Amino acid sequence: MLGRSRSAPSTSVEAPGAQVAVKASAEPEADARKRLGAIGWIACGWLILVVVVAVVVPLLPLADPNTSIASLARKGPFTDGHIFGGDGNGRDLFSRIAWGTRASLEVSVGAVGAGLLFGGFFGLVAGYFRGRLETYLTGLLDVMLAFPQLVLALALVTFLRGDPNQKGGAHLSTVVVLIIALGIVSTPILARITRASTLTWAQREFVLAAKAQGSKSFRILFREVLPNVLPAMFSIALLGVAVVIVAEGGLSLLGLGVELPTPSWGNIIALGRNDLRDAPHIVFIPSIVIFVTVMALNYLGDVVRARFDVRESGL
Amino acid sequence: MEGPLLAVSDLRTHFRTARGLVRAVDGVSCTLERGRTLGVVGESGSGKTVLSRSIMGLLPKQNVVRSGSVRFEGREISSADPRTMRGLWGTEMAMVFQDPMTSLNPVMRIGNQITESLRYHLEVAKDFANDTAIALLHSVGIPEPERRMREYPHQLSGGMRQRVTIAIALACGPKLLFADEPTTALDVTVQAQILDLLQLQQSERFMAMILVTHDLGVVAGRADDIAVMYAGKIVEKASTRTLFTEVSHPYTEALLKSIPRLADPSHTRLEAIGGRPPDLLKLARGCKFAPRCPYARPRCAEEEPVLSESGSPGHSFACFYAVGTPEGADALARNRAVGASPGAGV
Repeated sequence: MLGRSRSAPSTSVEAPGAQVAVKASAEPEADARKRLGAIGWIACGWLILVVVVAVVVPLLPLADPNTSIASLARKGPFTDGHIFGGDGNGRDLFSRIAWGTRASLEVSVGAVGAGLLFGGFFGLVAGYFRGRLETYLTGLLDVMLAFPQLVLALALVTFLRGDPNQKGGAHLSTVVVLIIALGIVSTPILARITRASTLTWAQREFVLAAKAQGSKSFRILFREVLPNVLPAMFSIALLGVAVVIVAEGGLSLLGLGVELPTPSWGNIIALGRNDLRDAPHIVFIPSIVIFVTVMALNYLGDVVRARFDVRESGL
Repeated sequence: MEGPLLAVSDLRTHFRTARGLVRAVDGVSCTLERGRTLGVVGESGSGKTVLSRSIMGLLPKQNVVRSGSVRFEGREISSADPRTMRGLWGTEMAMVFQDPMTSLNPVMRIGNQITESLRYHLEVAKDFANDTAIALLHSVGIPEPERRMREYPHQLSGGMRQRVTIAIALACGPKLLFADEPTTALDVTVQAQILDLLQLQQSERFMAMILVTHDLGVVAGRADDIAVMYAGKIVEKASTRTLFTEVSHPYTEALLKSIPRLADPSHTRLEAIGGRPPDLLKLARGCKFAPRCPYARPRCAEEEPVLSESGSPGHSFACFYAVGTPEGADALARNRAVGASPGAGV
């Protein structure tokens, strides 16, 4: 799910950071992938916009995303100054998408962050200490990977949410539930990538050199190995955010996404499904937003990977 | 303190592999006094690197069979637990690795790599560690140490990087320094500088050093004693002067002959040692060098000679038909008489 679109291994030998200029003529193809380029800048700009909107949305002069105007229901874009028109209940679609950015990013960044924290730790430990610990950890992760991911996420969300009809008792907010569930689902993938990268770095002589200077294992792991593994973790995390945004959409369609009335990109689409025939813009506009965001994340993820890929920075 | 700094006796390090047991180090004994240099010489695969890592206890636990004794300052450390070893690494013994391209962390500033062990072992303040690191860089001959402290390894040349790894190894003032082929990965012009630096630091700090190399020329002027290794065993051991004047083992002789000489006329054919180092998985019964040895007689394939002292004091070698002895001359003459190539007498 996350591990697709591997860049072809190239033979470039270059210290990470000993940059592009030196070998501009030698490998134009590898260079093209390492530079950002026009598409890269557009992708960057879009993501910055998305993040800024998610952060400052309460300050923006937007219509209330939860106020229904009967006359706006199912109206197309540019009706009465509402650029994206209204949703099925007559709420301003532009405002809902802007507010939805917040929930969608909270869930995706939170889930991938949690996955990075735990998956990264498991991966580092498994890749560095090897032995029986690695066997057990990778076994556990393989079992987790064997479940279809959406089904696992569904089961986790259902379990974590508890019985919504039951009165009393503190329920976790759906955003937290989704972060935990999707975080657990993304942990094994991030752990595998981290472990693979750790394996190659842990065999480098500087790790042995640090050991020969008397450093403790965990100190070596976090001071020597981790900084080298981070780029690989970061590039896969970008792809992970994209996947989780889509997964939240999928869960919303099944009624298990972010709880209404809080808008998220996923639940806007899920709601708009009912009006697909009369007002397709309710589904299409947020879909396009998701599409562009996911494309941007994937593209940048590949650029980061090409730039920092362990195999390409042979040193 | 009495006794030698390091006493290794009958050290064996075997690796369990899918193809069988590899006897990388097979019964090595040696001692090293404070402030002295032991040169360990041998070709690739003779077990030099494994020997130094084995003494230092740096080999992984899995699939390694280690036996024998290593005494450091009288303490047995071959069976010490990891915590004890960590206390020795860096402060008592340190290692300079072969390839400075890979033995420095590419994403850590030079300064941090040096202060790392200082702050960890000696628990000194950051400023003090920084000043010490600058002084260290200066002492290993790096110009503008303050600026270099903030740079990353890729900004330094190979020779500079090796100087940095030496500074790192010396940071906590070890009593014993392992230099594992410290110049093999460097340009010829830089090699002598690095060796001189090691020698200078060693005498200034009264530090013992084990200099591992495949080049007899490297240890010739720099080691006090030399041990020649072949197939995981020491085949000849003597003080440097004795070794070069009274070469006894045919392998040592062959190594010496394979060094090109400037005085030779142009296009003189370089004498290489025929054949290959033995497969450590399938070692024959007798002398391991016999198949490549011009002196080898049938006895060599049957019986393994033991390392024993003879001739000058402190000079020991493992050979029945040693170079320069009547037996050796006789063996060589007989082999020549039948027109045999090396090893054919076996």
